[in-house]
Amino acid sequence: MAVCVAVIAKENYPLYIRSAPTENELKFHYMVHTSLDVVDEKISAMGKALVDQRELYLGLLYPTEDYKVYGYVTNSKVKFVMVVDSSNTALRDNEIRSMFRKLHNSYTDVMCNPFYNPGDRIQSRAFDSTVTSMMIQVC
Amino acid sequence: MDAPEAPLPPVIYTMENKPIVTCAGDQNLFTSIYPTLSQQLPREPMEWRRSYGRAPKMIHLESNFVQFKEELLPKDGNKALLTFPFLHIYWTECCLLKMSPSFETSITYARYSGHFSSVNSCLFCAKTRLDTEVYKATVKDDLTKWQNVLKAHSSVDWLIVVVENDAKKKNKTNILPRTSIVDKIRNDFCNKQSDRCVVLSDPLKDSSRTQESWNAFLTKLRTSLLMSFTKNLGKFEDDMRTLREKRTEPGWSFCDYFMVQEELAFVFEMLQQFEDALVQYDELDALFSQYVVNFGAGDGANWLTFFCQPVKSWNGLILRKPIDMEKRELIQRQEATLLDLRSYLFSRQCTLLLFLQRPWEVAQRALELLHGCVQELKLLEVSVPPGALDCWVFLSCLEVLQRIEGCCDRAQIDSNIAHTVGLWSYATEKLKSLGYLCGLVSEKGPNSEDLNRIVDLLAGLGAERPETANTAQSPYKKLKEALSSVEAFEKHYLDLSHAAIEMHTSIGRLRSAKFVGKDLAEFYMRKKSPQKAEVYLQGALKNYLAEGWALPITHTRKQLAECQKHLGQTENYLQTSSLLASDHHLTEDERKHFCREILSFASRQTDSPGQKIVLPLHCFAQLRDLHFTPSNAVVHVGGVLSVEITLCSQMPMPVHVEQVAINVHFSIEKNNYRKTAEWLTKHKTSNGTINFPTETSPLPVPQNNLPALELYEMFERSPSDNSLNTTGIICKNVHMLLRRQESSTSLETSSGVALEDGAHVLKCSGVTLEPGANRITFRTQAREPGTYTLRQLCASVGPVRFVLPHLYPPVQYDVYSQEPQLRVEPLADSLLAGIPQKVKFTVTTGHYTVKNGDSLQLSNAEAMLILCHAENRAVIYSNTREKASDALLRVQSSDKVTSISLPAAPAYHVIEFELEVLSLPSAPVTGGESSVLGMTESHGKHKDTQKAGQCMATTDHKVSIDCPWSIYSTVIALTFSVPFRTTHSLLSAGTRKYIQVCVQNLSELDFELSDGHLVDPDSNADLRLVPLNAKSPQHIHSKQSVFFVWELKWTREPPPSLRCRFSVGSSPASGGRLSIPLKPYTYEFRVENFFTLYNVRAEILPPSGTEHCRTGSLCSLEVSITRLSDLLEVDKDEALTESDEYFSTKLMYEVVDNSSNWAVCGKSSGVISMPVAARATHRVHMEVMPLFAGYLPLPDVRLFKYLPHHSAHSSQLDADSWIESDGLSVDKHVDEQPDGGGGGRCRGSAHLASGGEHRGLPMPRLQALPPGQVFNASVGTQVLVIPSKDDHVLEVSVT
Repeated sequence: MAVCVAVIAKENYPLYIRSAPTENELKFHYMVHTSLDVVDEKISAMGKALVDQRELYLGLLYPTEDYKVYGYVTNSKVKFVMVVDSSNTALRDNEIRSMFRKLHNSYTDVMCNPFYNPGDRIQSRAFDSTVTSMMIQVC
Repeated sequence: MDAPEAPLPPVIYTMENKPIVTCAGDQNLFTSIYPTLSQQLPREPMEWRRSYGRAPKMIHLESNFVQFKEELLPKDGNKALLTFPFLHIYWTECCLLKMSPSFETSITYARYSGHFSSVNSCLFCAKTRLDTEVYKATVKDDLTKWQNVLKAHSSVDWLIVVVENDAKKKNKTNILPRTSIVDKIRNDFCNKQSDRCVVLSDPLKDSSRTQESWNAFLTKLRTSLLMSFTKNLGKFEDDMRTLREKRTEPGWSFCDYFMVQEELAFVFEMLQQFEDALVQYDELDALFSQYVVNFGAGDGANWLTFFCQPVKSWNGLILRKPIDMEKRELIQRQEATLLDLRSYLFSRQCTLLLFLQRPWEVAQRALELLHGCVQELKLLEVSVPPGALDCWVFLSCLEVLQRIEGCCDRAQIDSNIAHTVGLWSYATEKLKSLGYLCGLVSEKGPNSEDLNRIVDLLAGLGAERPETANTAQSPYKKLKEALSSVEAFEKHYLDLSHAAIEMHTSIGRLRSAKFVGKDLAEFYMRKKSPQKAEVYLQGALKNYLAEGWALPITHTRKQLAECQKHLGQTENYLQTSSLLASDHHLTEDERKHFCREILSFASRQTDSPGQKIVLPLHCFAQLRDLHFTPSNAVVHVGGVLSVEITLCSQMPMPVHVEQVAINVHFSIEKNNYRKTAEWLTKHKTSNGTINFPTETSPLPVPQNNLPALELYEMFERSPSDNSLNTTGIICKNVHMLLRRQESSTSLETSSGVALEDGAHVLKCSGVTLEPGANRITFRTQAREPGTYTLRQLCASVGPVRFVLPHLYPPVQYDVYSQEPQLRVEPLADSLLAGIPQKVKFTVTTGHYTVKNGDSLQLSNAEAMLILCHAENRAVIYSNTREKASDALLRVQSSDKVTSISLPAAPAYHVIEFELEVLSLPSAPVTGGESSVLGMTESHGKHKDTQKAGQCMATTDHKVSIDCPWSIYSTVIALTFSVPFRTTHSLLSAGTRKYIQVCVQNLSELDFELSDGHLVDPDSNADLRLVPLNAKSPQHIHSKQSVFFVWELKWTREPPPSLRCRFSVGSSPASGGRLSIPLKPYTYEFRVENFFTLYNVRAEILPPSGTEHCRTGSLCSLEVSITRLSDLLEVDKDEALTESDEYFSTKLMYEVVDNSSNWAVCGKSSGVISMPVAARATHRVHMEVMPLFAGYLPLPDVRLFKYLPHHSAHSSQLDADSWIESDGLSVDKHVDEQPDGGGGGRCRGSAHLASGGEHRGLPMPRLQALPPGQVFNASVGTQVLVIPSKDDHVLEVSVT
């Protein structure tokens, strides 16, 4: 399903980034990093409206030949970026949304952990398994 | 006319298409009306109500009027909609005077009438002749034929227009025939649909009637057209849907269906309903996509396999024509490839979107399309020659961009870069991959294989299209040129890259710009121009560093390392290498490679000394912690300090470091109390380990990589009394922090690292740093006292210096020197005199080494003994309070000197021992004269201090000590407190006298008192002191008192004064065995005028006739003053007067009631002359009134000596007695005045004035009689006063 899932801090450094093991990790790092441009653009363009509507899903950030990059931003401006294989046409917007929501819930759990310092890299095993479940589902 | 054999008018697939309306009947008539009609028809919009719940639309109708021909009518199965005639009109005129060409035409039309089988719709615009015959003869036939043709084609949309001309009518004034013709037509052709026949009156005139009839006609025409649309399109759509539902059937062809639905799209486009037209294409698009997806999922449709044929042509999208007929025909012939179909579909969508003024959607859809096509080809496993798709995508991108540019102005494009930039970068990417594929990026240029590939690729492009042949910058030309040579490729690639970077930057997509820049850098590296690549790599790296993306950092750094190596930037290369060697994201081998790079450089350069390369330490090794021994980081001069650091080597292999050095900053802070040996050894008690925060490398480096704050607390003390003036925090490296930031410094340069040269360096040579933690120990011998701050850590590998520019948190050690010192302090809070007390001696050796035989010489104080015990032990501590040893202490005492021989002790140690001292109660304490209250303040002969009543008197003993390290003596003062305070008092009972001594224990200890003695040191034989005391010893608890009483008896006339000495033995109650006998405690005092001269007796008698005194009633107070002795020595003073051997003295009495129980009525005081003779008695009578009921004490009667004014003595009365004397002072002067009782009135003012006023006047003075001389016999007596009967209203009058 997803080939890469990333959580990016408000300051744009990665809190968590994991890609499908078979793939070239570096490529996704570049891709996710570049996608932040569009995330920033979307946030600033519709910032006000977004807050009002509580719409956190940013939609398709940009497509590439092989992948589609989707974005999601929490109220605290933590960004989730998910890269999906383009050939996986079965994946609809709604499914991406629900995956993001799932990711957000798991992230919230991580934040609720009193031993987790906000801003640190996420090393939670529960979060990891959530991500794994998203990556496996179809593959 | 021409019509029948004439070929079908070519369908022009442009926007010029209009729905077709056929015209039959009088052609001349129509020609005359046509201009007005074609102008008027689109003028007003009409609402088009749609089926299937689609929203109604306002629509401006236009029509293409063509001559009616039977061929125009669609045959069965013909799905063409564009050529479909939506309405058929028959034109005729009511009155026709001459045979017009139209008549001939109508005859011509009649030829077809035979074919007409059913006439459903026909607007027979019958320009009816005046007479119905004409109608009957020609028009009717014609109409019938026309209707029959329509019927045969089941066409129901028709209209008959009858034009009537008014001019004609007026002449005839016969309306009926005309009417009848219209009616006739209606009758003949429009059964039940009379509205199918419309009358148009005077169409070419300008009258209101004309206008009206035009309006009616146009409305009818529009309505009819729309109805026809609705009906025919609805039917068409139904058919189309039916066709679509058959898509699962085996013979179904997508291409056929495509053509059908496109027809619908064409019609909508024709009607200017571009939205609807676009919907048709989008539906087709979606349908096709779904098929491809299903195919990918294994659900293959037969027809789709056709699209899977290998790609042979990749000439890109063609968007410059509204309709690409070439591709359309391919589709129609079912020969189109997937790319053809997609290209055609997109070109149509593009056209429609541009009509809709949505060029940005074109760009967005284009990107999706291109991505989609690439995916679909992959999914369908279509064989594509390598590079073909890249060509196709490249051409398509540029085509879309040029198309958009063609229809927008510059400003619009500039403000919508966000939409097009994707296409730009996609084109760049594709050109790049083409370049790499065809060997155009390599240094040597393409080889033969590459050249073949280029030729193949160019072949697949085909010939350039005619539309773009004249455009200089056409995508086709660009690609062809780019592939033609290395130089051309470079030019085009750079153009595109720069354009993409510029666009990304201009809309703030810096990351994307950097990413494209990295590609560009890669390209430059391939082209062997690293100097151009470096900028882009640095830029990208800066960005990744700023945002903390570890993998991109590593990757970019690797590229940068290569670049720097090529550029020969040794320092930068080494720094990057060290960063890479410590990078955990690299493989072990890669890390080792970079580590070796550094080491080989280091070994190569050893022969040319002088050149140093300074690199930051943190990428080479990290300082984890630092440990001092001694752990408080305080060392005396000459002492050894060792610093142990833990360096965590980041290198993947052991590295031999020639030297590790710590630069130390030395500062002397002489006047700082905190730097004294005492403070340092006592207060600096850290555990000696300083941990350094590990650098969190994965997290982003803060944007401003400033050195950490070096903060220190600061105290400023006043020089005089060392009190704190100000305190605060100071930052020692302000100069570093407030430096202006160079805006262009790259994060990778070592600008911040500067090697400091300091005189003080801790060094450690020849260390091999293993990967991971290494412990390195530095040893140093402390020399100068002061504070040493560790500032820099530097590891040298050959000429390479790895420097940690600042140690944070700041680390310091202190070196102190100390003078030898002796301190003597009591063990307890205070020393008590009279009993043995322990005193602690502390010898701080400082820099002096105590040798065997060194001793302290104490010059003995007189009254202080140093008690020597057999074994005194001295303990030797190091300066850090660690016990070193203990030794026996020898104390030798001689008369004047006590010598303590010290045990040998090294420098900077402390010798501690305790000695017992005893302060002797040297001379007896003497009491002064008895005060009025019989209290004597004790005064020591030595300096005693006594503050409040509860404070002990103290005695200081000064001991001078000669120390071996100094020629000067040390004088030490020990303060002993006297635990007791002694007071005495004289008590009288008539003429019998008693002496009472009170011993008060002020200390915290309990004592035992024994052998209390009171002796007269003058041994006056006439006097005896008879003790009335309890048996000794007596226990005296802390803070309590013991009283001793003696009766004083004498046989002869007693002396005016008596000296007494009280002595009592004291020892601590819990002291146990005492080594030496303690001297008794003594107290000396003097008792004076203890012999009783006067007896005063007062008595209160109830009023006569009553048994008891009552409140409010006057009672009499009888005072009798009796002299008890004859003239004595003490009487001889100024008050004594002699006359005829008789002596008398003047006394003043005074009755005072301080408790306000009594009101004294009349005079309360008076002066009497008292004979100096035994038993001389003076009585005074006065009246007093009790104010309260109960047993009341009698008022006081006081007796004073009344001295004449010339007396040289000053009055002994203190201010209090004056005040208490109740207005006396004024009265004294006036003496016996009976009116002296005004005291109450003048109390305030008189006394205020008294002090100064009396000084200059010859005034008599009063002197209190010593307490021993007056005995008040009635003291303590009480009188019963009973309340008066009506004590509710008690009136008290006091005069």
